[in-house]
Amino acid sequence: MIYIKDITKTYTNGSVVTQVLKGISLEIKEGEWVAIMGKSGAGKSTLLYQMSLLDTPTTGVITIDGVDIVHLPDDQRTDFRLRELGYVFQDYALLPELTALENVMIPMLMQNIPTKEAERIAAESLTRIGLGTKTKNRPNQLSGGEQQRVSIARAVAQKPKILFADEPTANLDNASSDAVIDIMKEIHQSGQTIVMVTHEKEYTKYCDRIIYIDDGKVDREEVLQ
Amino acid sequence: MNKLGVALHVGWLLGKRQLQHTSKWVTFLTVLIMTLTFFSNIVISGLLIGLVEGGNKANKESYTGDVFLSTLAGESRIQNSGGIMAILDRLDGVDKYTARYLSGVTIEANYQTRRNFNESANTITVSLAGIDPVAENNVTNLSSFLIEGDYLENDQSGYVLIGSTLLDRHSAFSDLFEPLSDVFPGDKIKLSVPSDTGLRTEEFTVRGVIKSKVGEISTRVFLTETDFRRLTGRNDLSVQEIAITLQPGVSPESVQEILRTNGIGDFAKIQTAQEAIPKFLDDIRSTFDILGFLIGMIVTAVGAITIFIIIYINAIVRRKQIGILKGVGINGRAIMFAYVIQALIYAVIGIVLALALVYGLIVPFVDKNPIDFPFSDGIILVEAGLAVSRVMIVVVISLLAGFVPSWLIVRQNTLDSILGR
Repeated sequence: MIYIKDITKTYTNGSVVTQVLKGISLEIKEGEWVAIMGKSGAGKSTLLYQMSLLDTPTTGVITIDGVDIVHLPDDQRTDFRLRELGYVFQDYALLPELTALENVMIPMLMQNIPTKEAERIAAESLTRIGLGTKTKNRPNQLSGGEQQRVSIARAVAQKPKILFADEPTANLDNASSDAVIDIMKEIHQSGQTIVMVTHEKEYTKYCDRIIYIDDGKVDREEVLQ
Repeated sequence: MNKLGVALHVGWLLGKRQLQHTSKWVTFLTVLIMTLTFFSNIVISGLLIGLVEGGNKANKESYTGDVFLSTLAGESRIQNSGGIMAILDRLDGVDKYTARYLSGVTIEANYQTRRNFNESANTITVSLAGIDPVAENNVTNLSSFLIEGDYLENDQSGYVLIGSTLLDRHSAFSDLFEPLSDVFPGDKIKLSVPSDTGLRTEEFTVRGVIKSKVGEISTRVFLTETDFRRLTGRNDLSVQEIAITLQPGVSPESVQEILRTNGIGDFAKIQTAQEAIPKFLDDIRSTFDILGFLIGMIVTAVGAITIFIIIYINAIVRRKQIGILKGVGINGRAIMFAYVIQALIYAVIGIVLALALVYGLIVPFVDKNPIDFPFSDGIILVEAGLAVSRVMIVVVISLLAGFVPSWLIVRQNTLDSILGR
């Protein structure tokens, strides 16, 4: 599904050159739930950004289902993200002016799904994660855990090929974190491929595999199930 | 829906929600700026044009009528005036007309009280118009310009009406020439006119003073055509001017054409009111058109820059959200539409309010209370073409003012926008 070969990522700020990824190769299979772990600054989020088309590696190859995503033009990258990928960000990344329902609907409207149909799917997604009564609430009327659940609903409503989650529990209390992980487990059980960055080992208990990153390289892998 | 339609649909939802959650004060002030921008844009142009148009309107209503006949170049009179008037009497579409006999005249005042004959006499040389007071009043409403005394009557001989510009207490041009001093209704003045037998002088009584912003009225002396003929010794019916008013809905151009077809063009210059506008007014209008356009564009630019700044700040503040939108697959076109739609809504509301203000309040008010300018009663003339062109300009510039800042933000790297770096 995801094939990564020798990718590097270098940031240049004036005369300061920082190589964050130093030649990473890995493969993620369809239906896998892979956790990427490592110390702060190891490059795990940077790796996720390269895989999820939010950034472009300096060198190397990344393909998703055989599509070379490194060399896609910008508008095609956006379209690819819309149709094939789902995102859960650390800080939820919801749009404050939109209701929970609208936040979930927006990517569907962009895919030309009729408004009524998008509303129905979004409402179903929110109900499935326990927010069926809060569809009209705006983000500032929801708790952090609820906002993250809306974010997950937005990411998976259209059944993407891959769900990327960047430290989805980092800003949540234990109860909310558990709830989020439980939802992700449920989604995974339906066959969803998930790539999740986390630094909390306890939330990797349902993952199939953990990839440890250290100093911009794959340090080791751990197969859990 | 095609891609553009989808982008518009999503952009509309995003733009609408952003507007709904923008500070009410920001929205109010932005709409106010757009209202004032459009208002001043069309009012300044309309006022400058209306200033001249007020002069044109006055010229038509109180001097030329709808169609104006005057002497041909090189001629001193309209030959066959009687025949022309006979044609006018039976021409369909002609409502009324008035004929004027003209001559140069030297007026002397205060000769009865003049004590020092070493000093110059109190004289002035101007234009003398012989009229049928009733016909003239029917066409130009001359009596409405009386500011002192009474109007002329056909059966009263020995009276004149004198233009206010010729009297020092009313004249705004006394620094350019020496007007008559201390002349009031009831005073005697001497009129001297050239004739075939030499200078003819006769004493008349000032019956009234007329004041108008049309130079041909306020600088002339009027008397009945009977008195004019007696004074000048003329016994022909050849006049110098005929002002014609038409029945409602009749086109001046069509009557002009009919008159030409009847051969009247061989005896008189036939002009519509528009053609008879003094050239200086026409030149002023052209200049004011340019001035109005330039001022309007400056005002529009200020409004556009304001919208630009508001949208730019709005987009910068929402840079992270723009990154997120792009991150979840909303394309740049939809995001830009969201901002362009906001600018468009500000512009449209501003334009509608300004139009309501202009057409519902300002234009009717100024029509009833014209602005007092030296050469005209200024109105605000907002022609449909002017309003439409200014609407288009303000809308297009507002669209650009919404597009450019959002484009600047949207084109930034998605991840940098999300991470705020």
